[in-house]
Amino acid sequence: MDETAVLLSRLQFAWVIGWHILMPAFTVGMASYIAILEGLHVVTGRDVYLRISMFWIRIFSVAFGVGVVTGVVMPFQIGTNWSRYADAAGNVVGPLFAYEGLTAFFLEAAFLGVLLFGRKLVPPWAHFVAALMVASGTLFSSFWILAANSWMQTPAGYEVIDGRFFPKDWIDVIFNPSFPFRLAHTVTGFYVNTGFVVLGIAGWLISNKRSVEEARVMLSMTLWLLTFLVPLQIFLGDQHGLNTAEHQPAKLAAIEARWNTERSFPLALFAIPDPANETNRYAIEVPYLGSLILTHSLDGEIKGLKAFEPDDRPPVAIPFFAFRIMVGIGFLMLALVATSLWLRYRRRLFDSPWFLRGSMAMSPLGFVAVLAGWVTTEVGRQPWTVYGLLRTVDSVAPSLKGGDVLGSLLAYMAVYLIIYPSAVLIAARLVRNGPATVPVPVAPIESGRPSAPVHVELLQQGKSL
Amino acid sequence: MNTLSLVPVWTLILGAGIFFYVLLDGFDLGVGMLYGFMPNTKSRNIVMNAIAPIWDGNETWLVLGGLALLAAFPLAFAIIIPALYFPILVMLLALVFRGVAFEFRFRDAEHKTFWDRGFSYGSTIATLAQGIMLGAFIQGFKVESRVFAGSVFDFLTPFSILTGIALVFGYGLLGAGWLVLKTEGEIQDRARRYGRVCLGGVLIAILLVSIWTPLMSDAISKRWFSWPNILVLSPVPVATVLVAGITWRTLNGASQSGTFIGAIGLFALSYSGIAISLWPMIVPHHYTLDQAASSPSTQAFLLVGTLFLLPIILVYSGWSYWVFRGKVRPDVGY
Ligand code: HDD
Ligand code: HEM
Ligand code: HEM
Repeated sequence: MDETAVLLSRLQFAWVIGWHILMPAFTVGMASYIAILEGLHVVTGRDVYLRISMFWIRIFSVAFGVGVVTGVVMPFQIGTNWSRYADAAGNVVGPLFAYEGLTAFFLEAAFLGVLLFGRKLVPPWAHFVAALMVASGTLFSSFWILAANSWMQTPAGYEVIDGRFFPKDWIDVIFNPSFPFRLAHTVTGFYVNTGFVVLGIAGWLISNKRSVEEARVMLSMTLWLLTFLVPLQIFLGDQHGLNTAEHQPAKLAAIEARWNTERSFPLALFAIPDPANETNRYAIEVPYLGSLILTHSLDGEIKGLKAFEPDDRPPVAIPFFAFRIMVGIGFLMLALVATSLWLRYRRRLFDSPWFLRGSMAMSPLGFVAVLAGWVTTEVGRQPWTVYGLLRTVDSVAPSLKGGDVLGSLLAYMAVYLIIYPSAVLIAARLVRNGPATVPVPVAPIESGRPSAPVHVELLQQGKSL
Repeated sequence: MNTLSLVPVWTLILGAGIFFYVLLDGFDLGVGMLYGFMPNTKSRNIVMNAIAPIWDGNETWLVLGGLALLAAFPLAFAIIIPALYFPILVMLLALVFRGVAFEFRFRDAEHKTFWDRGFSYGSTIATLAQGIMLGAFIQGFKVESRVFAGSVFDFLTPFSILTGIALVFGYGLLGAGWLVLKTEGEIQDRARRYGRVCLGGVLIAILLVSIWTPLMSDAISKRWFSWPNILVLSPVPVATVLVAGITWRTLNGASQSGTFIGAIGLFALSYSGIAISLWPMIVPHHYTLDQAASSPSTQAFLLVGTLFLLPIILVYSGWSYWVFRGKVRPDVGY
């Protein structure tokens, strides 16, 4: 076993999935938002919803395109780098991945076209149905991929024969102990993230006096949604954590940097974990708060890291800090939502420049929280790929040498560092144009991906789509 | 439990899925390659438009093929994919460039030539990589105790390079057939011209591969040349010659759809030729389909949904093709 190949394969996986997940983190929420806007347009007949929807559809299509190409990379990673894992767990996780393709990817591919270009050709209700289908596709996708991931975190419904996993009960495999929590917390997180993106862009439009009518609708609508979703997300996170305490105690000990098994323990707000000496340095702690949060009682007990063999412990610093970044962002979001309620009560929601600036500044933080959450989850699962059963070092393709993986990692880095900035620039240009300048589409396009020449022809006639 | 094996059903589904992928993404990758030879922006727009609405659905068959292999034959997935480490990497990155080009080319007007090149080079490189993978697969991999035991560079042989070039001509022919079907006038003339070159290349490649494979493997030469196989299988080469002749005539005549159909015929025959050579191995020389299959419960669980969903998927895919039937014209766009 080549240790560098293991390390680099982990980095490569983190690199490609870290970039990929940023797209679903936006498109899952955006697809639902578009469906809601289209629905409101059909029901109320107000054009403003249509203009907002068409504005976001264009940005959505860029993000979706990048999500698709980086997504296609993902299933192959499992074979190229994690083939031992594929052989050991393929019987169980294989169908979950395959169902994602069957239920989600084809659905999205087929209806996206109608959503993007079919407005003139199909009746409004059919266009709305297309939007609903795309939104459902993204949710089905999340369902299956998170079922697979959760099974790796908290395996259930399987048996082990000759070192390989076989299904015993499919319901238990899919609805494994952490799945409901992970699904709820992740999808809500995606919605929250999308909400903050919309909020920030609406804030920017209002501050710059562009498309103010549309921007006000976006801002107000999104803030109502977030008022409900942000507290929900924090509640779901708390529940998720309790579940982790029950099923992945070593991960929880790492998240909280607890070394000793104790009752009535404090919460570390900050610390530099020191694994060599099995202790924390520079710790700032709040007494009893740890017990209160993690066990919901003042004298609750959790297992410390010392209760696990050194070989079975995850890294401590990364989950510890990543978790604090996520939770910190969660509470910042809560503060913003609370402020918005107060401003709404004072009827100053749209004309408090500092609030609009705050919204803009917080716009990208949802992405950071999503990444931080996933880093907590995945690094906290170490040193296992299937928790407690299959080690990461035993999951890597044995034929790989460090140099091979270095080559592929550098290639992925180079390509993603070209693609992502380009996508951001293109999306930024679409934002700058703003919703009000969007004309109703003139081209008779009914399906498929952006059918390019039409754009060109429109551009030549001085219109934009 | 084992009385009713689902392995034949899954073999059929996987075989059909891969063939679908090869045809569908084959023609749009082929169109992507020919795109690089188009003389001006206007013709490039038409050529890209001939596939823009459908390419994504086509590529989804690649994802499905990979995932179905993982689910139905995990052992084969765990051996073949790492053995093809670099060609897969190159294919994926090429597909990234090619895929985003559809979006970026028109939104990012200043960098049009960069994404234009990304589109045609991406298509060509992805095709070459797929052809090389095919050759490496036919040659087989070094396997010890359930894992690929060779080096990641084993894939690179004169034979796999030949199959790589062969596939470039093959997809080129499919792409030319699609363009003959979807375009008219000057672009169609060009498509016919490129089609003739590609057909020549394909025929030389089929001939070389057909001589080379039996020489390379005793098992394959026995499969084809022992009695009575030689009699039973002789229609395959005979039909290949016939279809090639017909395809050539369509390229020089007035037929609109003939070339595309002929190219599909040639692919079907070559595909069955490879299947005959390798059957029943899924990891050539090492594991049969039965040995690499996942557990009956795994196959059954996935089959239920697949049998229900696949027809629905075929309906929407068919529908989106139907919506875009007819010639692409510059004036009406799509
Ligand atoms: C906008 C995004 C977002 C926000 C504001 C939060 N989270 Fe989160 N969190 C995620 C997005 C996320 C995530 C990316 O979706 C993760 C990664 C894996 C998962 O299940 O959800 C996650 C994981 C995750 C885990 C790891 C569970 C495990 O792997 O075993 C815990 C314990 C929490 N979260 C708890 C919280 C708490 C207490 C929050 C309160 C402020 C919070 N999260 C805010
Ligand atoms: C190992 C992990 C993952 C794999 C193998 C994977 C696979 C894929 C593939 C193949 C695509 C392209 C679909 C197409 O061709 O249309 C895709 C896109 C997508 N994936 Fe992932 N994915 C992974 C992680 C995730 C996660 C964790 C989520 C959500 C929770 C997710 C949600 C989506 C969604 C919604 C799309 C549609 C495109 C988009 O919205 O950007 N994926 N994924
Ligand atoms: C079903 C989906 C997923 C599968 C099959 C999967 C599988 C894996 C595997 C095999 C590894 C390598 C071993 C390891 O170091 O843990 C890994 C690591 C990692 N994954 Fe996941 N994962 C999935 C979802 C995700 C998602 C959605 C993210 C989000 C960003 C993610 C982030 C990471 C990170 C950051 C690592 C590196 C951990 C480390 O280096 O210690 N994973 N995952």
